[in-house]
Amino acid sequence: MSGKDRIEIFPSRMAQTIMKARLKGAQTGRNLLKKKSDALTLRFRQILKKIIETKMLMGEVMREAAFSLAEAKFTAGDFSTTVIQNVNKAQVKIRAKKDNVAGVTLPVFEHYHEGTDSYELTGLARGGEQLAKLKRNYAKAVELLVELASLQTSFVTLDEAIKITNRRVNAIEHVIIPRIERTLAYIITELDEREREEFYRLKKIQEKKKILKEKSEKDLQQRRAAGEVIEPANLLAEEKDEDLLFE
Amino acid sequence: MAGRGKLIAVIGDEDTVTGFLLGGIGELNKNRHPNFLVVEKDTTLNEIEDTFRQFLNRDDIGIILINQYIAEMVRHALDAHQRSIPAVLEIPSKEHPYDATKDSILRRAKGMFTAEDLR
Repeated sequence: MSGKDRIEIFPSRMAQTIMKARLKGAQTGRNLLKKKSDALTLRFRQILKKIIETKMLMGEVMREAAFSLAEAKFTAGDFSTTVIQNVNKAQVKIRAKKDNVAGVTLPVFEHYHEGTDSYELTGLARGGEQLAKLKRNYAKAVELLVELASLQTSFVTLDEAIKITNRRVNAIEHVIIPRIERTLAYIITELDEREREEFYRLKKIQEKKKILKEKSEKDLQQRRAAGEVIEPANLLAEEKDEDLLFE
Repeated sequence: MAGRGKLIAVIGDEDTVTGFLLGGIGELNKNRHPNFLVVEKDTTLNEIEDTFRQFLNRDDIGIILINQYIAEMVRHALDAHQRSIPAVLEIPSKEHPYDATKDSILRRAKGMFTAEDLR
């Protein structure tokens, strides 16, 4: 397969050790990432299930809230314009907190109340009780929706994180590790071949030396037979040396 | 990290917006811009899209609630929004009950749950 070349490195014993260490590192990394991906996927499925439940529940809560709105409208008349005109400060706000799952920070929403109800006087003329019920219903709906929003943001963030992690796992498994393995195989074959070459060279040299030695032996014997060779003096034989006199 | 409080924005028909304002989420910011939009029969698609994009760009809005039938109209703007905050939630309106198959979030995980989970 093209694009899966080996790493360019001079084949030596040390290179082999380095490559082995790298391979080990890549395999460990791949296993860790796989575990992370599994943990994230598990959490993802749990959140998805919760989202579906909450959405169904939300459908019902909204229906009830809309119903109580219709009731209130019937009793108190049309208060929509007054409500819309009297907006100034929100009583319900949300905070974003961070939650951590297997190294991924997920945003979580938490709602809190601030200030007083600006619509306290709205139902004073007619339909006060319906309006109060309506406000409670919608407040309940808002709480549920904030929870749903938290789940949804976690969902989206986890989705991205899982995609990235899986991409990395696949990259290591299908590109990095085969590349290192190929390099390792190449180094081993190069080393083996070098050894064989060395061996072959040594053998050849030995043969040549042997031939040379035989030739020179034969030469020597021929010359001895012809009487041309003077044996050099034997240092170990007992002979009298003349004294050295310095004049 | 508990930052400064974020708001909940609403884009919906008159009843939905009234209800949520009575729930206490409505606010006008410094430039007198509200965090809600009442969509009537004569509201143009461009207006809805613009407001939606404005809400997305405002950093004091954490959640955007939008009626599902309006979400259908500006589906392309919704699908283009990939960030996790602000969260976009589709809520049913009085005439159009909640339809899980149209929800953009659930469509992303389409293959992961079966029909019986939805029951």
